[in-house]
Amino acid sequence: MTELPLIGGAPAAAEMFDGGALAGARIGVVTFPGTLDDRDAMRAVRLAGGTAVPLWHADTELGDVDAVIIPGGFSYGDYLRAGAIARFAPLMGKIIDAANSDAKLPVLGICNGFQILTESHLLPGSMIKNDHLKFLCRDQVLRVENNTTDWTLDYAAGQEITIPLKNQDGQYIADEKTLDALEAEGRVVFRYMGFNPNGSRRDIAGISNAAGNVVGLMPHPEHATETGFGPESLDGVGGSDVDGLGFFTSVLTKIVGGNK
Amino acid sequence: MTEINSVVEPVGSVVEPVETKKFNIDTVENAANTPDTDLPWAELGLKQNEFDEVVKVLGRRPTAAELAMYSVMWSEHCSYKSSKNHLRQFGDKVTEEMKKDMLVGIGENAGVTNLGDGWAVTFKIESHNSPSFVEPYQGAATGIGGIVRDIISMGARPVAVMDPLRFGAIDHPDTARVMHGAVAGIGGYGNSLGLPNIGGEMVFDSVYQGNPLVNALAVGVMRHEDIRLANASGKGNKVVLFGARTGGDGIGGASVLASESFDDTKPSKRPAVQVGDPFAEKVLIECCLELFKGSLVEGIQDLGAAGISCATSELASNGDGGMEVELTSVLLRDPTLTPGEILMSESQERMMAVVTPENIAAFESVMDKWAVEYSWLGEVTDTGRLIITWEGEVIVDVDPRTVAHDGPVYDRPFARPEWQDSVQADSFTGSVQDAGRPAAPAELAKAVTELVASPNMCSKSWITDQYDRYVGGNTSMAFPDDAGVVRVDEETSLGVALATDANGRYTYLDPYYGAQLALAEAYRNVATSGAVPMAVSDCLNFGSPEDPDVMWQLAEAIRGLSDACMELGIPVTGGNVSLYNQTGTTPIHPSPVVAVLGKLDDVARRTPSGWKEDGQAIYLLGTTANELDGSEWANMRGHLGGLPPKVDLGVERSLGEILINASRDGMIDSAHDLSEGGLAAALVESALRYGVGARIALQDVMDRDGVDLFTALFSETQGRAIVGVPRSEEVRFNDMCTARGFAHTRIGVVDSQSGELAINGVDTLSLDALREAHEGTLPKYFG
Repeated sequence: MTELPLIGGAPAAAEMFDGGALAGARIGVVTFPGTLDDRDAMRAVRLAGGTAVPLWHADTELGDVDAVIIPGGFSYGDYLRAGAIARFAPLMGKIIDAANSDAKLPVLGICNGFQILTESHLLPGSMIKNDHLKFLCRDQVLRVENNTTDWTLDYAAGQEITIPLKNQDGQYIADEKTLDALEAEGRVVFRYMGFNPNGSRRDIAGISNAAGNVVGLMPHPEHATETGFGPESLDGVGGSDVDGLGFFTSVLTKIVGGNK
Repeated sequence: MTEINSVVEPVGSVVEPVETKKFNIDTVENAANTPDTDLPWAELGLKQNEFDEVVKVLGRRPTAAELAMYSVMWSEHCSYKSSKNHLRQFGDKVTEEMKKDMLVGIGENAGVTNLGDGWAVTFKIESHNSPSFVEPYQGAATGIGGIVRDIISMGARPVAVMDPLRFGAIDHPDTARVMHGAVAGIGGYGNSLGLPNIGGEMVFDSVYQGNPLVNALAVGVMRHEDIRLANASGKGNKVVLFGARTGGDGIGGASVLASESFDDTKPSKRPAVQVGDPFAEKVLIECCLELFKGSLVEGIQDLGAAGISCATSELASNGDGGMEVELTSVLLRDPTLTPGEILMSESQERMMAVVTPENIAAFESVMDKWAVEYSWLGEVTDTGRLIITWEGEVIVDVDPRTVAHDGPVYDRPFARPEWQDSVQADSFTGSVQDAGRPAAPAELAKAVTELVASPNMCSKSWITDQYDRYVGGNTSMAFPDDAGVVRVDEETSLGVALATDANGRYTYLDPYYGAQLALAEAYRNVATSGAVPMAVSDCLNFGSPEDPDVMWQLAEAIRGLSDACMELGIPVTGGNVSLYNQTGTTPIHPSPVVAVLGKLDDVARRTPSGWKEDGQAIYLLGTTANELDGSEWANMRGHLGGLPPKVDLGVERSLGEILINASRDGMIDSAHDLSEGGLAAALVESALRYGVGARIALQDVMDRDGVDLFTALFSETQGRAIVGVPRSEEVRFNDMCTARGFAHTRIGVVDSQSGELAINGVDTLSLDALREAHEGTLPKYFG
């Protein structure tokens, strides 16, 4: 039986990058009960040329993966607090250890994944309900403030990218001291441009840990990796709708480059 | 009224009802021995003749549990008793050609259409109107939940949802309550399921003030071999209930059934509106797909209206005809529920399946993996009887067909309303409201701006921004384009397009043609996206069938819709009828919401509605007549009368073919259908889609069709669209239209530099001002 909906190989995109050498890099994508964007994250990995490996929250071993993506969704319904229950999954313990180890496993948390990373204390701060109290889905312009993390190497510093944003609890908060430290250490990786969609402190859309291997952000790069299925900006024509692909090529390049 | 289950102990003497089931169980034996017991059939909604029929069918009085089952299954909502005789036309007016791609027709949870390459698609639209008025958030949320479970029940993975909405007047104080709640509910539930919301409609009209319409559509895809049906076959196969626990929510007749129990410490007023748990539903989706993948279920049925009553009787009657179920095995959220309440409960996120004994272990391991609760209730038999026991005592012994399929059918009297002629005679043109019709350039510019800011024509992004349109990564087009387009197969780019439409005002003016106009518009929208229309699902929202005027509207709408489906060659594969939509004795406008599904061989070829490329030619396809009756313009002026726009399905078909071929052959880069708001609305929407303007001249159209500029802009003549044609394709495009004898006029060019929409004879409109007007309306009213 074919898996539904079909998750195609999309070989053409993979070949664009480097003839398949990146396919040796294995990126794990974690599924919790209530995860929604796992298939999308796996597709993005493949479109960037890598090999996507499904990971199950209840697994007790991380297995043979070179990086991990914690995708978006509503793990456990977000009923207690976004990410608060998922953080205790057996696999999360392994991911936390690997991220903090000398090997510095690259970890990307997208949306609910970002919330899980803050609940896990891999990243500081927290997300609360959007200031306007509604779910918001829009094409969002971000500025790449730090292009030296494992997930942003393929972007230029200061580059503006447009990727979808879609969440209910996206307002990033932290105390002033933490915010000042994040700014000072260059750990504000993405900032909202033009419009702050949720009231996040200092327009912060995404941050990293000190080593730059763990990155979390609220907007969704995996939804801007395939022409015809990404954002179509309402007030401009001819813009790219694959601005998110750089996240995935960045980590693959990093892995294949031997810096894992 | 005598209580059927009298109190066994004085009220209040038992403090721990949880541990002991303290109600007198009304067994079949008891029913046979106590024929004269008064039963609360009237309170449960049955009519005298219907209750008499139940007694006749059973040969004795029903037990309390049986009464509960018959009353919910014979309700209008479940039995279609008022509409059944008319709905037959959807099955009768079908040609062999229309059956060609229909894999599963009307009658199952949802129809299934063949997409080719081994793919099949299933879609259905349903109403959740009354609950959404009582409790907008949960009502709308569980509407999504219910329709999605219908799609899963067919063996499909749900891939998208849409929601046609109709609320009261935009400035009525209660509208904001319903709007905020329903939109948040649809978003809160749908977003949590990971289903992109790809479109819908939003209409404000005071006729919906006390009775908003919240319809929900879901679409799913599957491989042919994965199609599942709701039947219980194979003697000895096990019946299992899984998903959420059964609670006291959604029991319509709760106050009556509560009298079954002695214990008045239990909650006496149970909420009639169900409460949704989208997380449970998401897990249920994944769990069911894993069951299908392993071929672990023989038959499956979701629990929606009428809960276990519906699931057991439908599964049994569609299969080998018999089933035995022990009701105390049902996992409960509220242990004080009586058997009747358990049978009627509409708790959400539940499914019932039939599993062979060999598959029990594999089934249980899937449940355990997803941490879904389940309980084995009984098994399939070949006795032709549905037997339900309570601690071994028989409380239901019925032929399941009599519950599920042989309910009452009514030929309700209907007659053309006396007022219909005078309404139709009251044309907008020349009416009091038509005085001072805009003609000067400044007046026309003001009129266009006013139109696109009006409640029904304004931007709906305040709503759609609360829905996730990206999840799944297969959304090729979504609102505000004419149709939502979702990719089905990533290797071949095969996809489907969907649009829903209805116009209550048109249908009020003429229900036969109004229903056809809804179909025509949905068909046109799908074709505009480049997809080939294949199938129809409808949600018929009407007032009380006991009112002959309303019944006539319903009969005419069904006749019109079924005739039009035959003429367009696309079958109705499923749908829903929602009656009694009225406030007091005032019915809503008859509102047949029609969904059309189309197929795109390559979603990359889909045609968006907005202009992009500078210098591309803009063509108007079709001719324009003076058709302002029932229009948005007339509505804005407070007029409703006359005759709706003329329907010409031959023209619709030709237009569709042109749009589909032009898309397939790369002759057009944009297309937008003309409907409510006419050409004026279409031009503004195409410009604002990507912020690219145009220079437009309508003199040729006015000369050819004999209409003035106002009419050219605001008339709602059907069978029209505007398309953007690259210069290199103009000759080929013109030749195609000429060869097909279809009216086509070059009305302007795309202008990406000016930031304006310049229409000859109309003061130039800046896109910034238009956007402000178009997008400002909903935030102004709803924050």
